[in-house]
Amino acid sequence: MAAREDIAEVAAPRVGGLTFPAWQRLLTVGVLIVGLAIPLFVRNFTVFQLTLVMIYAIAILGLNLLTGINGQFSLGHSAFYAIGAYTTAILMDRFGVPYALTLPVAGVICLIAGFLFGLPALRLEGLYLALATFALAVATPQLLKLSLFERWTGGVQGIVIVKPDPPFGLPLSQDQWLYYFTLAVLVVMFAAAARLISSRTGRALKAIRDNPLAAKAMGIDTALYKSLAFGVSALYTGVAGALGAIVIQFVAPDSFTFFLAVSFLVGMVVGGVGSIPGALIGGAFIMFVPNLAEQVSKGLAWAVYGVILILVIYVMPTGAAGFVRLVAGRVARVVSSNR
Amino acid sequence: MSAHLAVRGLRAYYGQTRALHGLDLDLAEGGITALLGANGAGKTTVLRAICGMIRSEGEILLDGKAIGGIAVEDVVRLGVAHVPEGRGTFVRLTVEENLGLGAMIRRDRAEVARDIERVYAHFPLLKERRRQQAGTLSGGEQQMLAVGRALMLRPRVMLLDEPSFGLAPRMVAEVFEILKAVNRSDRVSVLLVEQNATLALAFADRAYLIETGRIVMSGSTAEIGADENVRRAYLGY
Amino acid sequence: MELFLHQLLAGIATGGIYACMALAVVMIYQSIDHFNFAQGEMAMFSTYIAWQLLAWGWPYWGAFAATVALSFIGGVVIERTLFKPIRNAPVLSHIVVFIAMFSILNSVAGFTWEYTIKSFPSPFPSEPLFGNRLISAHDLGMIGITVVLLVLLYVLFRHTRLGLAMRAAAANPESARLVGIRVGWMVALGWGLAAAIGAIAGMMIAPIVFLEPNMMLGILLYGLAGAVVGGLTSPVGAVIGGFAVGIVENLAGTFIPVIGKELKLTIALVLIVAVLMIKPSGLFGRTAVSRV
Repeated sequence: MAAREDIAEVAAPRVGGLTFPAWQRLLTVGVLIVGLAIPLFVRNFTVFQLTLVMIYAIAILGLNLLTGINGQFSLGHSAFYAIGAYTTAILMDRFGVPYALTLPVAGVICLIAGFLFGLPALRLEGLYLALATFALAVATPQLLKLSLFERWTGGVQGIVIVKPDPPFGLPLSQDQWLYYFTLAVLVVMFAAAARLISSRTGRALKAIRDNPLAAKAMGIDTALYKSLAFGVSALYTGVAGALGAIVIQFVAPDSFTFFLAVSFLVGMVVGGVGSIPGALIGGAFIMFVPNLAEQVSKGLAWAVYGVILILVIYVMPTGAAGFVRLVAGRVARVVSSNR
Repeated sequence: MSAHLAVRGLRAYYGQTRALHGLDLDLAEGGITALLGANGAGKTTVLRAICGMIRSEGEILLDGKAIGGIAVEDVVRLGVAHVPEGRGTFVRLTVEENLGLGAMIRRDRAEVARDIERVYAHFPLLKERRRQQAGTLSGGEQQMLAVGRALMLRPRVMLLDEPSFGLAPRMVAEVFEILKAVNRSDRVSVLLVEQNATLALAFADRAYLIETGRIVMSGSTAEIGADENVRRAYLGY
Repeated sequence: MELFLHQLLAGIATGGIYACMALAVVMIYQSIDHFNFAQGEMAMFSTYIAWQLLAWGWPYWGAFAATVALSFIGGVVIERTLFKPIRNAPVLSHIVVFIAMFSILNSVAGFTWEYTIKSFPSPFPSEPLFGNRLISAHDLGMIGITVVLLVLLYVLFRHTRLGLAMRAAAANPESARLVGIRVGWMVALGWGLAAAIGAIAGMMIAPIVFLEPNMMLGILLYGLAGAVVGGLTSPVGAVIGGFAVGIVENLAGTFIPVIGKELKLTIALVLIVAVLMIKPSGLFGRTAVSRV
């Protein structure tokens, strides 16, 4: 089913006196420092775009927890993203809740929604699950437009929300502040995901992915864990949606189409299924590559995008993470054989 | 007697890992040759390499012509039937459809129909279940189906991977009886992979012993069966 | 009562569209063992080709036949060029390539023929049949063509060696190779057939929904619902499922006040999930029984 790639399970050849995990830690710190410095040197619009990259990365990580770690498919994560976004928008707009407080609420609501969707989805395997979630994605904009909920959702018009100012009179622009806010959320959620994957629960989820029958025989409550995986996955994507609403200052039904769900999937595969850092690469891909395609040809932008996508899959069938691992493995072999 | 199938210096790989390390093997025309060895010795790998299911180096000659590097389906079209490990049943198709697939490359329809009846005569149980989904058969019945499907090809060479696996002792005798009959009547050359060495030595006329990807002994079954070490390691007495 | 009858017939008419699409879905599923998300776009593209031929003055059935043939070839070529190289890649990579195809076809169609709505002719007479106005001649003709297709496919799959080889190649490629079947070409053939059926579906649907690059996504979902309701392994089930979805959609839209027009797509969702809950292999699908 899914590509079996786990960043934590790589053999550790030494390169330049450091093991692979050590290189990883070094790289993580490096990326973090660069991440902290960037907003001080680039335009506000670029800061805004990079914030979106991080938001997509969180959403993709959510999908990854489901697909990469637990082996379940979803083409419907735009629905959870939408639930997260609308939760925040409604709380801020109708109830005046501060934006930071809406994130946990959005997360919990999505956790419940994901768990509940995961329960019936338990009976569905692979393709059938993909179909059910595909339908969910297509139906989401329609449900959001429903006149029944218009009092809260604002119907087709959606909801406009106010961009928050930096607190404590920090000398930052709104965009810069939201960037740092998102970065903080991202670091917490990525760290939590890494913890989850290497925990007992993570092992159980992986066991279910690799051999459901054996997992059951070992006494793992597969039903509970699979629903839970769905819930946690939805939580991540929902928090991303909430952040997205705050940063874009606007939610409307047509922002949450099937297309968004597909983008998450593309980001996950391009970044590398099951890879945590890969989610960031995936986020960057779905943020920037469509723009790039549009620069190549305005009329045929999506055709160009499609061609790029096919090339990426041909060159890196296991995504960026798999590609990096492959290259790192080669380098390690060359280095060690030269000794 | 000329070699029907000859293997010279066969090396085979799973990814980067080499599983066979230069192996020679001769299959006599119309003979039954057994390939003995412990779990993981590389017996199955030899069969898979012969019919092109995995990457291999070295020479594989069928009637003196090289068939190494040819696609699986083309090897089959040369008359090599492989009864794979795990039986390879088409679980969603019916028993009769499974048998029909065995004769997929043949054009002589009337003969095919007759051969189906012949398989049913060998295995009456399959006839009873001809309209049933093959996945509903027991392991032993699926084994019979796999042998039957291979026979439908009218093969000139049969590669059998543990045909006794999952069969009740009585059925084992029966299946081997049938294989022997086909071997005689159609002059099919048989290469048999077996863990049950007693059984294989009784059935075959020549045998090879394989250990960790290398042939360590070969000869007539009488010679092999008489060898002290073989007796102790594989026959258990 | 008359309203009921009217809606029932309207449901059967739209159900014909879904049945047609469901058939194409099942077809591709049978030959490649997964679902092609770009299938609707392939059908849309084929329909544009037909439109272009008609615009160049071809007679209807000439354009029809040429489109079906071109689509068949196109399907085979897509499989051989795009999917053969990644045959051993994970399923998700295939899905991403489907997505890429989706955006390429949609974009190229929009670029070539523009995004404006075009009307597409029906080969069937436009005056009401037998003086009734409940169901048009086009609807009946479309249903007829669906049934004919179904019979042809049934004969192909159940009564020919080629059909048997295709089913075997889809179900168990490794074993299929071991009986000498050229699996790669069987898959390509499946793609060709699916593309051809999709083309027919597109040309039958276009007179009703009009031709535009985004015409198929909703219909694909309904077709999918039909296929799943009927069982992905059963062409007959898919057609019945397609009709069922059409009927339920119309009746629910009329008689259940909350649903109305707004929630029609959601009905498809609920149907899919509900059927899958009760019978995961669909109403007519066969469960693969296998012993461990």
